Amino acid sequence: MAATAGEPAYAPPPVIRQGETLRTITDTVADVVLVRAAGRAWWIAFGVSSAFVLLLVIALVALFTAGIGIWGIDWPVVWGFAIVNYVWWIAIASGGTLVSAIFYLTGSEWRTAITRLAETMTLCGIACAGIYPIIHLGRPYYFYWLFPYPNTMGLWPQFRSPLLWDFFAILTYVIASVLFWYFGLVPDLATMRDRAEHRAGRIIYGVLALGWRGSAGQWRHYKAAYGLLAGLMTPLVISVHSIVGLDFAAGLSPGWHSTQFPPFFVFGALLSGIATVLVLTIAVRALYGLQALITGRHLDALAKVMLASSVAIGYAYLMEVFSTFYGLKAAERTLAIYRMFGPYAAAYWATILCNVALPQLLWWRRLRGSAPALVAIALAVIVGMWFERYVIVVISLNRPILPSAWGSFVPTFWDIATLLGTIGFFVWTILLLLRLIPAISMSELRVLVDRMKGEAG
Amino acid sequence: MSAGHLRGVAAEFAGPEALVGAVRRLRAEGYDALKALSPHAIPTLDEALGGRRSAIPRVVFAGGAFGAIAGFLLQYYGAAVSYPINIGGRPLNSWPAFLPTTIEMTVLFAVIAAVFGALYLAGLPHLSHWMFHARGFERASQDGFFVVVEQRDPHFDRDNIRATLASCGASRVEDVVA
Repeated sequence: MAATAGEPAYAPPPVIRQGETLRTITDTVADVVLVRAAGRAWWIAFGVSSAFVLLLVIALVALFTAGIGIWGIDWPVVWGFAIVNYVWWIAIASGGTLVSAIFYLTGSEWRTAITRLAETMTLCGIACAGIYPIIHLGRPYYFYWLFPYPNTMGLWPQFRSPLLWDFFAILTYVIASVLFWYFGLVPDLATMRDRAEHRAGRIIYGVLALGWRGSAGQWRHYKAAYGLLAGLMTPLVISVHSIVGLDFAAGLSPGWHSTQFPPFFVFGALLSGIATVLVLTIAVRALYGLQALITGRHLDALAKVMLASSVAIGYAYLMEVFSTFYGLKAAERTLAIYRMFGPYAAAYWATILCNVALPQLLWWRRLRGSAPALVAIALAVIVGMWFERYVIVVISLNRPILPSAWGSFVPTFWDIATLLGTIGFFVWTILLLLRLIPAISMSELRVLVDRMKGEAG
Repeated sequence: MSAGHLRGVAAEFAGPEALVGAVRRLRAEGYDALKALSPHAIPTLDEALGGRRSAIPRVVFAGGAFGAIAGFLLQYYGAAVSYPINIGGRPLNSWPAFLPTTIEMTVLFAVIAAVFGALYLAGLPHLSHWMFHARGFERASQDGFFVVVEQRDPHFDRDNIRATLASCGASRVEDVVA
């Protein structure tokens, strides 16, 4: 949209509201945790999500009591909701690493105010994802057999299997994400220690801050390590999703056996991850009135990244269909027709609508500036990405190569209860962390305030 | 608080520029045992303090190299030495299949080295430091910029330091006793 004559050229909103100082941003962020009450909206959300956490506990007790037969899985669809949900959650988790690591390396200043929220979301997402690989095992109490530990059976895990690569990738991702998150928190925990009114707060935050003083020597090592961590987290998050893609691509099933799966999964991870960061950012901003620090600039930037990943995943969807019909495998073609026009066609077209069609609305700047429109589109993307995983995992297994093995899948109450339970658990953990740690990285925001003051003065 | 002995002289400044200016001035006067405390990283401060570079990149490289070698050898030992299975004559040391796990182990140990290495080099954890006794020190983690000249400096001269800090525009100059 070209600016007409006389109309001022478009200038993006500032990344921090004018007039903010080191003191005001510290007050705003720290008071959310230390001074202000949780608020009615927080308590309502906490109550509702607690009910779903209870549902998750019930679903898990039922599962561990009766076994995985309570789910809808059977031959030939042996991977059902558990794997769909696992891939969905681990993809959502990646959005936080994207914002905090990749956009740190690119030096994007809009990343600063939302990086803590995004990283916290990553931890909660990984926690939800991590439940599934264990509970989908028939004998979950043997999950530790994946570790290469000295054992009396004289056995080793199969290091050549993508499923074991996945174990190492997720293990690394969990540990690295927790360390990156905590490392980023240390200077802010020192601020909390120095502001806490109660003795208990001073002791707890004081121990967690490890005695951080903010001396020049400490900052020098800290900044060097932080930059390297961002550089390490970037290939890590891409490798995690590539390996999740390889879990499928290394299988011979139609719909899975494709060389495009690793990048395809990375695109999907970015799309759903950014969508979730966007919803969370808007929700927390509204909940605690942080409009001074999280401005229209942040929403605009996140919306653009979401749009770009939507275009990338549209390309992957197109190539999936193209390579199927360019290739010669009858089973692949049968599956493609079944996906698009069979009994589960609604799931396939929901994927296309939510992940490719709807995000194209973000080409309009006006929509990128509207929080309700962004939440609506981002929620549609999150739902659409779940359906994408459903199409890949469940529908592909409906149509194996031999027609005699064809089957179908219907989820049970327990499938749905577990899915809703982890959604509740995700919201619940985020709500708790919002009350315990500063939701915005104060130490990084101060650098930004200082730089903007220098530019203005 | 029991009366301790003099640990240094602390001065508070209004912003990073004043802090860097004071550090430059103190160094020009020959003081080396300086600590500059700030609520955020200040790029020009390292140079003012003598421009030492962090050892963290080497620590992280060592961690990553350890992860790569140990990660690969773990798989090699498991698949080719301890539990070899001949599947259709395929090579036991099928190294391309070991690479994803090797990469993950490289990243894992590099990250662990970065976090714990940086904390160690920064002297953490160190929960109770004498600098916490400086008045107004809680602002160093919020919006205060401090310089501390330590008593262990061979040229330590309390009155001269106080005068120098005051002339650099310090909003407050005080002894730190702990």
